[in-house]
Amino acid sequence: MINNTVVELSRLQFAATALYHFLFVPLTLGLSVMLATMETVYFITGRKIYRDITQFWGKLFLINFALGVATGLTMEFEFGTNWSFYSGFVGDIFGAPLAIEGLMAFFLEATFIGLMTFGWQRLSRGTHLLVTFLVALGSNLSALWILVANGFMQDPQGAAFNPVTMRMELTSFGALIFSPDAQTKFVHTSIAGYVTAAIFVSGISAFYMLRGRHMELARRSFRMAALFGVLATAGVITLGDALGFVGGHAQPSKLAAMEGMWKTEPAPAPFNLAAWPVQSEQRNAWKLQIPYVLTPLLTHSLDAILPGVDTIEADAVKRIRSGIPAVQALRVLSAHPDDAAALAQFEHHKDDLGFGFLVQRYAAQQDVSNATEADIVRASKDTIPNVFAMFWSFRLMVACGLLMLAYFVVAVIFSLRGDIHRQRWFLKLAPWMIPIPFIACEMGWVTAEVGRQPWTVFGILPTWMSASSHSVAYMVFSLVGFVLLYSIFIVIEMFLMIKFIRKGPEPHVTGAQYPIDGPTLPRPGAPGRGLVDGLSVSASASSME
Amino acid sequence: MELYLAFKIVWWLLLGVLLIALAVMVGMDMGVGTLLRFVGRTDLERRVVLNTIGPHWDGNQVWFVLGGGAIFAAFPLIYATAFSGLYIVMLVLLWTMIVRPLSFEYRSKLPSTRWRNLWDWALVVSGLVPMVIYGAAIGNMLRGVPFHFSWNLTSYYTGSFLGLLNPFAVMCGLLSLALSIYMGGVMLAGRTEDVLHRRATQAAKWAVMVALVLFTIGGAWVSVMDGYRLISGPAAGAAQSPLHQVVSLSAGAWWDNYRAVPVLWLVPALGYVGMLLGLSAIRAGRTTLAWWSGALAWVGVISTAGVSLFPFLMPSSTDPSQSLTIWNSISSLRTLIWMTGFAAVFVPTIVAYTSWSFYVMRGKVNAQQVEADTHAY
Repeated sequence: MINNTVVELSRLQFAATALYHFLFVPLTLGLSVMLATMETVYFITGRKIYRDITQFWGKLFLINFALGVATGLTMEFEFGTNWSFYSGFVGDIFGAPLAIEGLMAFFLEATFIGLMTFGWQRLSRGTHLLVTFLVALGSNLSALWILVANGFMQDPQGAAFNPVTMRMELTSFGALIFSPDAQTKFVHTSIAGYVTAAIFVSGISAFYMLRGRHMELARRSFRMAALFGVLATAGVITLGDALGFVGGHAQPSKLAAMEGMWKTEPAPAPFNLAAWPVQSEQRNAWKLQIPYVLTPLLTHSLDAILPGVDTIEADAVKRIRSGIPAVQALRVLSAHPDDAAALAQFEHHKDDLGFGFLVQRYAAQQDVSNATEADIVRASKDTIPNVFAMFWSFRLMVACGLLMLAYFVVAVIFSLRGDIHRQRWFLKLAPWMIPIPFIACEMGWVTAEVGRQPWTVFGILPTWMSASSHSVAYMVFSLVGFVLLYSIFIVIEMFLMIKFIRKGPEPHVTGAQYPIDGPTLPRPGAPGRGLVDGLSVSASASSME
Repeated sequence: MELYLAFKIVWWLLLGVLLIALAVMVGMDMGVGTLLRFVGRTDLERRVVLNTIGPHWDGNQVWFVLGGGAIFAAFPLIYATAFSGLYIVMLVLLWTMIVRPLSFEYRSKLPSTRWRNLWDWALVVSGLVPMVIYGAAIGNMLRGVPFHFSWNLTSYYTGSFLGLLNPFAVMCGLLSLALSIYMGGVMLAGRTEDVLHRRATQAAKWAVMVALVLFTIGGAWVSVMDGYRLISGPAAGAAQSPLHQVVSLSAGAWWDNYRAVPVLWLVPALGYVGMLLGLSAIRAGRTTLAWWSGALAWVGVISTAGVSLFPFLMPSSTDPSQSLTIWNSISSLRTLIWMTGFAAVFVPTIVAYTSWSFYVMRGKVNAQQVEADTHAY
């Protein structure tokens, strides 16, 4: 018997540990690429200011990176500690990308980060640049593999259930890694990291310019960040649109919840700009609609029908009825793997096994044979995630994205015009933008993972079955432990981060120290200036691909 | 079917390689952490100690992360059952491991003595505790773990936290700690000078002698304790769940494999050779030889446990017939083939660039360097 409180606490703990982890990951992802870009400029121009820029942001990078590593350790083991059934059930598929992530990405990142930090005196300029690039490659590859793993949870491709081993097994590695959801989300997520880093760098640079400190470093960093950011934000939004398109096919329930679509409407459906969804009554208490916009927005066509909650639930009822005999057959097969009748029954219904598991939760003694009509209806209602949370987390994410796009467009204009240091209102605003990408990333995680509910593996394995069979006391202990520990860490991290930002680069990094570079920052368009800017632009553009 | 059997054996061996690499590389850093306050008596001395492994601890730690990932990929049922069953132990392991990256990175960022002492103690604890847990976990596999499965392979753990800290497991934990202190000591002896070098050498000498004694007691203990014996079940090379086998319990069964194939006695012998060679090498001040001897000792010690358990990985003391073996807890053939491909390409690559990184950062670390380098810990 599975205790629902334990399942809820396990979900809460996973969400907490993942959301904490995801505070540090995007910045690592993006800053590693920005560091590689900055160092490339240093390598090509040989101007010391760019080495100091790289080293200064590198220092902040490490403060953040340490917590990313620390909180990441938990993630690698949490499936086993808290999602035991899940791990056994899909580990044959899901474990592989995690292991490959370690082999291909973590080692690369972690080994070369040591050399990146300690190797300035021991490596040639070219070799050090290579090392920095390998760190960036490592962190981006780790994003790829973790999103391949996550892609399997969202849209399980390349796997089939094996009744002999009683688990899902890999049938096509290619289908697993080239899952459209995984690939789209990889690009969306890693570029979201670049946006985060760009805001971080531009915000801090603006803070220095406002105070008139470290002007050489700040103006150059700001320009790089602005160009980097405007491209990345445009990329995130484009890929987000693609993700909605891909996700709509794989997970209609996620889409219906995100858009607050309780009823299936004739195409082209209206778009709810804002609404107050009430799940228990399956309606929006109030809404602000734009007619005809939703269908083309999501499907890029005018006549596609978008299933609403009503259609999805009706569909679920059918699949639950078919899933019940699948679970019954499986139970026979567990004791008698060679039972031909049970095998035939299972084969016929196996596609709906997950829906059988869904109703098992409510059936008396958690035996699907006892499932009543009421149980089936109740289970079908579970197939819709929390609409209110989905509707607003998605909108918050998009709003943050649009705000950042506007910010970067203005930043690029000021920066290229060369009068950014005079736009005091903008410099005052910029540091306040720093929390925005973090909010967007967290909301993106919520949209993706809450929207997956009630499944851990969409359509295959319900969340309620996936958790480990711990006691409530254990779960309270671990949840409180993680939250306390992580909260202490984050306070320490913020404290150090702010301290080192206030302190600024090492004392010798001031404009006056670079007489060879020219005492004044060349204006855009001035001869000899185009090279550096051109390089930094093309370098950030190429890392974007 | 024969192909599947071959891949099952290959992955059992690779699991061994992984656990050994983890013990050698992470164990060394943990040993350095454990010895931090013994070898380094002043702040500057401690900074020297930390900077010997400064560029490497993060890369080495990935062996631990990979340990989790590879067990997940290749032995999903072990990953699922062991890590949830040993829940509180895993939490203690994770919570102590988590503190490490912060301790390295943040310790020397502020000048305050209290701040630095706090992180130093965190490093000591996060070196000592995980190594004891690592050994104790292997010890508990030999003892059997109280878990069982329901019809759909939901696992239930029925033991207590304290049950995992039984005397045999604690002894295995101390053996693992002793070997890690030896490796850390040897590493420090090789990379530091004068007083630090002397203290580290001293620690390594004592640690390896303790390890010798504990390994001997452990072997004798295993010879008389209850072991598990696979009586019948599906063919080893067949796909299977752990619900259809018969396992018996009898004293001394863990020596079965050695009795059946006497050449296997060479495996524990390897452990002794490693430790004895290590002892004489560190006495002679030959730290490189001592390091490789220590690695050999780890190979011997972990392989000894692996051979004893074979084909078991995690026996169930609640229902021995639901014990997890190589045969019934491993991934499908297709997954194993893909994973073998990735391991074949990337493990040699990792070894190559890790070696290069050690080569770049070679040489002694001393106080002048640490004070001069603004990037040092």
